[in-house]
Order: sequence, then C-alpha cells, then structure tokens
Amino acid sequence: MNYEAIKKHPVLKALLISLFAAILFLPFKDIKSSTILFAIMFIFLSAVLLIKKSQVLPALPKIRWTPPHFLRAASVPSVIMVFILLPFFLKDYYLDVLIMSGIYMLLALGLNIIVGFTGLLNLGFAAFYAIGAYTYAIANTKLGLDFWTSIPLSAGIAALSGIALAIPALRLRGDYLAIVTLGFGEIVRLVLNNWDSLTNGPNGITGIARPSLFGASLDKLNTYYYLVFIFVVIAVIIIRRVECSRIGRAWISIKENEIAASSLGINTTKYKLYAFGFGTVWAGIAGILFASKMQFVSPESFTFMESVLILSMVIVGGLGNTFGAIAGAFILVLLPELLREVQSYRMLILGIALVLFMLFRPQGILGGFKSVHFRR
Amino acid sequence: MLLQQLINGLTLGGVYALIALGYTMVYGILELINFAHGEIYMLGAYLGIIFLGLFTVAGLTAVSLPLALFLTVLLTIIVCSAYGFTMEKVAYKPLRNAPRLSPLISAIGVSIFLQNYVMLTQGATDKVFPQRFGDSGLQFLNVNMTYLQALIIIVSGVLMLSLHLFIQKTRVGKAMRAVAQDKTMAALAGINVNGIISVTFIIGAGLAAVAGIMVASYYGLVNYYIGYIVGIKAFTAAVLGGIGNIPGAMLGGIILGLVESAGAAYISSEYKDAYAFIILIVILLIKPDGILGKNTEEKV
Repeated sequence: MNYEAIKKHPVLKALLISLFAAILFLPFKDIKSSTILFAIMFIFLSAVLLIKKSQVLPALPKIRWTPPHFLRAASVPSVIMVFILLPFFLKDYYLDVLIMSGIYMLLALGLNIIVGFTGLLNLGFAAFYAIGAYTYAIANTKLGLDFWTSIPLSAGIAALSGIALAIPALRLRGDYLAIVTLGFGEIVRLVLNNWDSLTNGPNGITGIARPSLFGASLDKLNTYYYLVFIFVVIAVIIIRRVECSRIGRAWISIKENEIAASSLGINTTKYKLYAFGFGTVWAGIAGILFASKMQFVSPESFTFMESVLILSMVIVGGLGNTFGAIAGAFILVLLPELLREVQSYRMLILGIALVLFMLFRPQGILGGFKSVHFRR
Repeated sequence: MLLQQLINGLTLGGVYALIALGYTMVYGILELINFAHGEIYMLGAYLGIIFLGLFTVAGLTAVSLPLALFLTVLLTIIVCSAYGFTMEKVAYKPLRNAPRLSPLISAIGVSIFLQNYVMLTQGATDKVFPQRFGDSGLQFLNVNMTYLQALIIIVSGVLMLSLHLFIQKTRVGKAMRAVAQDKTMAALAGINVNGIISVTFIIGAGLAAVAGIMVASYYGLVNYYIGYIVGIKAFTAAVLGGIGNIPGAMLGGIILGLVESAGAAYISSEYKDAYAFIILIVILLIKPDGILGKNTEEKV
C-alpha cells in the first residue's frame, strides 16, 4: 500500500499518528518503563483517535431531552437538600474538599460573567482572588476588622481593582486584553511576593481569624461548609437575576456581536465595565472565604496556574452557563482528589483529561443547553 | 555597565524572540494561544542534556566537542519538532471548528501533561547541563562577553534572519503567509492548509528547541517548570511586537530581554519578572495593536 493510500485510510492514519506520538515518549527514563509507556500511549491514543473519527460520541449531544415540569421544579430544591444533608455523612476530609470546591464555584461563577457572558478572555482572575484574600488578611491582622465587615471591603476592593484594570484595558481587542489580564495577574502576585512590610512577602500572613456569628466562632468544619454553601446559593440567585435582566442580555449581545450590539444603542464599554466589576466581586468574596478558612495566605496560592484552573472550570462546565460553571468547579476540584490513590500521576491525568474533554465535548458539559435569558 | 547590560539583554532577548516566533506564527494562522509552546522549550532543554549526556558516555565529546554539540542540537530539533507536530495533530486539529476557547483549554491540558510527564520521568530536582563553558570570552570597553553569549546572540540572529528569508522568499513561506491571511481562500488556491499548519508547528518547535538548549547551557540548570514563566514572557514578547507579526515577535523579544536586564540591574531584581508585563501594558495602552501590528478595523 503506498503512502497516499495510507493517508486516505482513516483507521490506518489514526494508528500511524498514535504510533508516531507514542515513539515520542521513548527517549525518557530506562528501557523497560519506556516500552511499557510506549505501549500504553499507543493503545490509548489510537483508541481516542478511532473513537473520535468514528463520530460515535459527537452525535450524543444532539438528543434534546426536556425534563417534565415536576422534575424541573423539584431539581433545585432536591440538589440543595442533598448539599445540606451531606455533612452528616461525610468524613472531614471530604467536607474539606467540598468547601474548597465551593470556593472555586464562586470563582468560576465570577469568571463566567466576564468570559462566559461578555466574551472577554481573562487570564489573570487569580489576581482578584488574591486581592480579596489579602484585603481580609491585612484588615484582620493589622486593623482588627472582623469577617463580616471585611466582606464588603474585600468584595469592593476586588471590584474596584477589576474596574481599574478594565478602564484602560478595554481599549484593547480580543487576546490583547487576555494578555494584559495575564500580566496584571503576574504583577499582583509579584507585588504580594515582594512588598514585605505589608504582605510579609513569600512567607505569607498567618493567624487570620475565622468568622464568628453572634459571638460563636464558626471554626467547625461543617459550620464552615454551610457558610460557603450559603454564599454559593446567594451568588447563584443574584447572578441568575442579573443574567436574566437587561444587563445580562446586553452582556450576551456584546459576546455574540459587539458591533451589532453597539449599533443597537448598547454602551458596550459601560457594560463591559459592569461585567468586570460584577465578576470580580465574587473573586473577592472567594478570596475572603479562602483566607479565613486557611487562616493563612501566601502568594503561592495565586499563581497563573490558578487562573488557568478557574478558566478551565468555566470552559469545562460550558461557557456562559451559570450551572455549568458550578459543575465545572465541582468536577475539577473533585477529580484530583479522586485520583489521590495515584498521587504523583494525578496532575498528569488531569492534563490528559482536559484534552480528552475538549476533544469529545468542546462546548463543555452544559454548553449545548442554552440557559433561559428571557422571561416570557 | 550599560554596555554589559545591553549584552546580557540581547542574549536573553534572542532566546525570548526565538520562542516568541513559535507563538506568533501559530497565532497568525490559527488564532490560538499555544500554551504548550513553553513546554516544547523545556523539552528542548531536557533533550539537549539527555543527548549530550549520551554522547559523553559514548565518548564522542572527548573526540570532538563541536561535533557532539552539533549532533545534540540536530537531534533535539528533530524530536522537539516531532512533539510540536504531534501536539497539533492530537490536541488542536480535531478542534479546528470548535468554540474558540476550547483549543486553549486543550493546549493547557497538553502543557500540564508535558510538565508532569517530564517531572515524573526525569525527577523534580534540577538537572545539570553536562558541559560547562566557563566565563572566558571577549573583553572590550570594560565589558565581558562570554563566548557562549556571543554564540547565543549570533545563533538567534542567524535563525531569525533565515526564518525571515524562508517566509518571504520560498514557496512554502508564501503559502504560510497566504494561510495566515485567509485559510479558505488559500485552500481554494490549491494550498494544503493542514500541511502548512503542520509546517508552522514544526518550525516553531524547532526554534523553541534551539532556545531550550541555549538556555540550558547558559544557566547550566534546568527544571521541569522552566517552560511556564519563559513561555508567558515569550508570548508577552509576541504580543508586544504585534501578535501574528513575525518581525514584531523578534523585536518584542529583544525589547523584553533588554528591559528585563536593565530593570534588574538599575531598579530592583526582585521585580525582574514584572518588568515584562509593565512594559507590555504601557506599550499596549499607547499602541493597542503592538509595536509592529497593523490596526485592522473589524469588519461588519
């Protein structure tokens, strides 16, 4: 069979690509593990490419199933009930994971407003998370402010810095904006790392207080869980309200077609600023929850990788879908924890999972389902 | 002092420029921020160490060091180009018609995978480049330019010039420019678009491989995470010059290198990594399309 024929034949071609890709992993480590790795990579890649080629999976999302009314009505309360009851059944470790996933849900919800609704790529979202966390850390340890008064402070400063970044940056288009937000994220992290007198540099700030309510400290893990849970519920309610309002529709119209939106009389700059301000509020709140949970903040928690992880959550969940952002955050926090058995391989598997996920469902988990934007 | 910083900056800038070219070429054609490109550079550094180590064991470095180095560079370029090629075929090509941000996430996945793969197989500790080149070099005007620095500046200059000639003068280069302008039209004119995209990834990865070996030999140490910070800086350089613009990436890389070494020397080395982004933000606010970028009005 000549080369042209091989190129035309889809199965042979997929096998050839996999063989080639598998060879790439040979020059590392010793002979025995190289051979095993080679075999695994080959089988794995050819399976992926063949399934992808055979078009089995992409056909699935086309099935549209509208659940009956009673199921729809019952779904939200039952999910909430499950989450309320969870702490009674779970070990502390898993409760801890759920708290973290709640914090990431807030971050993903916030970023979804900017990237998902308005279509502005933001690669430095962890900066606002960091600003929220450090605002509380400094306000608490230096000024003695408590958790509840710090919430508007953290959220406000995060939102203000979001708007302050957006005012000049919104003059830029598309990916230029993305790289400026990336740069902002790095600058914030470097400032936190080097401004020793305020942030204590790389050592971070310790001894941050847990929140208390009516004199009782909320330092038990399950009370903390409910605290984060309530914040997530409030965030979802508020974001859904805004999403279905005039502002939300303006955001979506900017994402769909900015020129058309502005020719319909939408002040695009104003609404983009709203998106930045409103989105970063949730990063600030996530920051304060994180700081008070850990009782410790350091610049290491707010790297570019963190921004990337939050963005992955939004996209894996389905861009522009509020419940998708929640699902994405839940999955991407839970996945590495489920892989705890294979500790050292979990990031490796996370990388592969991200690629596979995009190959098989590029629009994200809930990306195919339009959430309701208009109230009839 | 100033001249010394200029030389240090040019060395660094040449490396940034070589990596930035890979970002800018891919972006010019696919509008994709290839986040895994920094990992190709990291792989280049590792492969350089591995191949040179093999040649040392085989006794080739004792016979002829230049030959061993040449073969190391050649083999590293080949393997890295293969990585670039495969990466595109496996992770990006199936997503050609997907929503715009999906290939970005897949690129991030590839990047996480490669980093952890190298960490698992090569260990999390620093690797040492097997050959030390010492500090001897050219002395002039109170300045010491090591032979290695001179070599890095010359090699990156030559590579950039040859890439420029390749893009401007050859048939394939012309096809690359056509695909960057309009994929559909290029395909109608009989250009093999997928082939050109593969060529772009191969060239980009080859340049990053050279950059990787040069940095490994310059600093003497590599680690599995070096691709990340250099990657985002090189991307910054590409944006600085105007993304999609090849001379822009070269210029952006060199400016970035100069700003960084001057900033580290005269202002504060603690904020060394921040200068790149500060200069980027300042320049983009003055000129939103980068230094050499064309101001393309959006069509309705």
